[in-house]
Amino acid sequence: MSSALKSRWLGFGLLALGLALLPFLIDAGLGRSWVRLLDLALLYVMLALGLNIVVGYAGLLDLGYVAFYALGAYVYAWLASPHFGLHLPFWAILPLGAALAGMFGVLLGAPTLRLRGDYLAIVTLGFGEIIRIFMNNLNAPFNLTNGPQGINLIDPVRLGSVSLSQPLELFGYTFTGVHLTYYLFLLLVLAVIFISMRLENSRIGRAWVAIREDEIAAAATGINTRNLKLLAFAMGATFGGLAGGLFASFQGFISPESFNLMESIMILCMIVLGGMGHIPGVIFGALLLTLLPEALRYTGDWQRNLFGQIYVDPADLRMLLFGIALVAVMLYRPAGLIPSARRRQEFADAKG
Amino acid sequence: MTRHTLGFAALAVAALVAGCGDKPQQAGDSQVVLIGQVSPLTGPQAHLGKDNENGARLALDEINAAGLTLGGKKIVLEMRSEDDAADPKTATTVAQKLVDEGVAGVIGHLNSGATIPASKIYADAGIPQISPSATAVAYTASGHKTAYRVMTNDAQQGSVLGNFAVTKLGAKKVAIIDDRTAYGQGLADEVEKAVKAAGGEVVAREYTSDRATDFMAILTSIKGKAPDLVFFGGMDPQAAPMMKQMKQLGMSAKFLGGDGAQTPKFIDLAGADAEGALASNPGLPLDAMPGGMSFKSKFEAKYGKIQNYSPYAYDAMHVLVEAMKRADSSDPAKYLSELPKTDYQGVTGHIRFDTKGDITGGAVTLYQVKDGKWQTLETVQSGD
Amino acid sequence: MDIFLQQLINGLVLGSVYALVALGYTMVYGILELINFAHGEITMMGAMVALAVIGALALAAPGLPGVLILGAGLVVAIPVCMALGLLIERVAYRPLRNAPRLAPLITAIGVSIILQNIAMLIWGKQYIPFPAILPQGRHEVLGATISDTQIAILVLAVLIMLALILVVQKTRLGRAMRATAQSRQVASLMGVDVNRVIASTFVIGSALAAVAGVMVSAYYGLAHYYMGFLLGLKAFSAAVLGGIGNLGGAMLGGLLLGLIESFGAGYIGDLTGGFLGSHYQDVFAFFVLIAVLVFRPSGLLGARVVERA
Repeated sequence: MSSALKSRWLGFGLLALGLALLPFLIDAGLGRSWVRLLDLALLYVMLALGLNIVVGYAGLLDLGYVAFYALGAYVYAWLASPHFGLHLPFWAILPLGAALAGMFGVLLGAPTLRLRGDYLAIVTLGFGEIIRIFMNNLNAPFNLTNGPQGINLIDPVRLGSVSLSQPLELFGYTFTGVHLTYYLFLLLVLAVIFISMRLENSRIGRAWVAIREDEIAAAATGINTRNLKLLAFAMGATFGGLAGGLFASFQGFISPESFNLMESIMILCMIVLGGMGHIPGVIFGALLLTLLPEALRYTGDWQRNLFGQIYVDPADLRMLLFGIALVAVMLYRPAGLIPSARRRQEFADAKG
Repeated sequence: MTRHTLGFAALAVAALVAGCGDKPQQAGDSQVVLIGQVSPLTGPQAHLGKDNENGARLALDEINAAGLTLGGKKIVLEMRSEDDAADPKTATTVAQKLVDEGVAGVIGHLNSGATIPASKIYADAGIPQISPSATAVAYTASGHKTAYRVMTNDAQQGSVLGNFAVTKLGAKKVAIIDDRTAYGQGLADEVEKAVKAAGGEVVAREYTSDRATDFMAILTSIKGKAPDLVFFGGMDPQAAPMMKQMKQLGMSAKFLGGDGAQTPKFIDLAGADAEGALASNPGLPLDAMPGGMSFKSKFEAKYGKIQNYSPYAYDAMHVLVEAMKRADSSDPAKYLSELPKTDYQGVTGHIRFDTKGDITGGAVTLYQVKDGKWQTLETVQSGD
Repeated sequence: MDIFLQQLINGLVLGSVYALVALGYTMVYGILELINFAHGEITMMGAMVALAVIGALALAAPGLPGVLILGAGLVVAIPVCMALGLLIERVAYRPLRNAPRLAPLITAIGVSIILQNIAMLIWGKQYIPFPAILPQGRHEVLGATISDTQIAILVLAVLIMLALILVVQKTRLGRAMRATAQSRQVASLMGVDVNRVIASTFVIGSALAAVAGVMVSAYYGLAHYYMGFLLGLKAFSAAVLGGIGNLGGAMLGGLLLGLIESFGAGYIGDLTGGFLGSHYQDVFAFFVLIAVLVFRPSGLLGARVVERA
């Protein structure tokens, strides 16, 4: 084994160990609520990677991505809650929800094939809103979604006798629900990362880039732009559906207010801030935007410690700082915080 | 890959710096017990959230001033107030944060949509929760034995409202509008049932959203069906322009709302058009309660005008601490079993719980705007 | 009462407000091909500033006629919004003019979050009432009612749109704007100061937004820091419906959207026998939008040009 390869394996090993220990370090240092946030952040990594396929790779500006997230969540809730009295196991529901979301991706993608850029954005935004409005209203004439009341008491993920909402005793250690959830989510995120990496460097990935850069030229070189665009919608939607199912099981309650337009915009911000089309950038963007607003909660404590009283409500400051950060990053690093080499080059060209 | 790891490390460090959560500590010979309070302190309902926080704080300050001794130890209560932004996801995060910090009980949350997912986390941790204002039936129907509320639920209030509209106001034809939120839709559905049960006819069922300000289209459609009364399930920012637009269209139908509309802000926003509007609020009017006026003067001296639910937050805090007193402990595992035995004369009424954690025999009071003020019409004891 | 006529009036009033806001989106898009997401927030700022002035005046000088107080509010709000538009263009958009599309879109979202939160810090989280200073007259027309405010909104909207068309078609600035929209490079070669033209576009659009904001708050009797988001979204949809970048299209799109919403909410319930009700009002609006775009991808009046890469 060459030394380069050895150090690479060593790096992998250290990373794996770090990821495995992370929830315990955070639990000890910061408390369990941060482990819970970490779980949530992993969900957003999954969502951002999914949207990255559509927006980052294929260049299709999708503002209704949250619709697929919602679909996945509702499929899980229908099949594993007292709402219809069904309690199927998660390994059956998650793929089903992901597949259904993927199918909807194709269904909603098909009429938009002729549209580009901003028109595509507004149509996908419309689809996202339409799905949310249906979820919010389909409690009559047939009670499909329970309307704005949402669906409660959704089953947690359960494997044999192990449930992710109960603590598990193993080798004398207690793994709480949020810890177990972390490992499940991490596993799935790693799978999504793996698929994304394979896609990026495949024929399909290169064809997407060609479509993104110049659709007409791409079609002229014999790329089937229709099928490839639909494939991008389907892949992105599948990941969205998967994340939705996990969200439903994790939270135990879903209602349409969790799937509004702002959520789509946030996921888009994650990938653009982090670095569109670049997996490490997207992951970083997702983690940053999930954890930063929560960390800003503590500005209240700092103000109290520093000045003895709170001048600006931390909650008010939070969104303001967030908006300023969005603008500042775009102005100074328009390709994102961790851009891919290719995009950095493009921006350098554009400036020159 | 290294960049990756670095990113994680940087985040972990940032998070470490950020989180310096205080744990309950011993202060001299007295022990600090933490009580959580959660409501939306940002977003469109922030004014209501702050009101809840103030109500709970007032009760807490009183209890501390009077002195509390549990299990032979002097206890100082301390409040941990958190913002859930009325968002279900944030609500669970915040709930977990409070559980981590070791709160002995929670007053909150404000909205049903946020209360329901959070109640699961409190239930898993065995921490009692009393919501001052979540009214969705589903909250206590989940079967969590830690979930209580001190306000009549949508079913109780809705049945009083519907019955009142038909029998007392003599409305034969009723139009119902809701804002498609968990609160508005839940209440409107119960009103619809009660109107039909009392022999009234629902001639129109229309819908809007909690962001809308234009109701001309649905009101025009309703006007064509000539109802005697329009019921709206929703909050004051919609109720006020709706009332204005009814007047503008020259509609003569009466306007009836729930507790979301029975606010000073409604009169503020609707101006002269508010005159004659009817709305309900659970519980007795403050001036009819033994301790009501003193609560009002104490509250207003400290925090200004009462928005809406602060008396409930105030009572909820007292109910929680009374249970601790009976158990002589602030340990949730010990005093939880005392909560079902609650029999407390509060500012908002006589508080007793049924087996689900709902308040029994809660009163609902109806009000009407006269001379630019909400005037009490009558108080109705709800059936169940 | 004539329900149809009433719904027509409702729709036209709502539509002319949408149209005024949509004009701002479409002007900027025509020249920069940029969705100025913050435009809705400028509308909100216009309403809030005007309301602050109006509220103060109504208290300080209760004897003044309402129209005068309203005018004073407008006189302050319009320049404030113009300055705001100028500032946003300068700080958030100009440095990104050559960057790919998504970058300015994100700054636009960022700017609108900033404006919302600044408004919240200044004016608080409460809904702010519009003082009852305007005449509340109602007129019966063929069985429908129309109020003074509604008439004022309709008349003002028509006047402003006519004035805008005159500016764009007849003045030097208008010619420069049209040239810049055709091609920025060629226009600058012809001696057009492109930066100045773009800045003027933002200024005019922001002034229209200010007027629209004041109209909305006077009509509904309230203003709130969050009001710009939904209004902006609807107006943007209207601009796309009519064909974004086309002034006539924005007006047509705005009016159409207003009418669709009004008739949609008023009639779907009865038409579908209660199966679909007014809760599907927005679905109806989006559905029409999507249908139009799928069959005419550049909107109703949009030029059928191949998009430049």
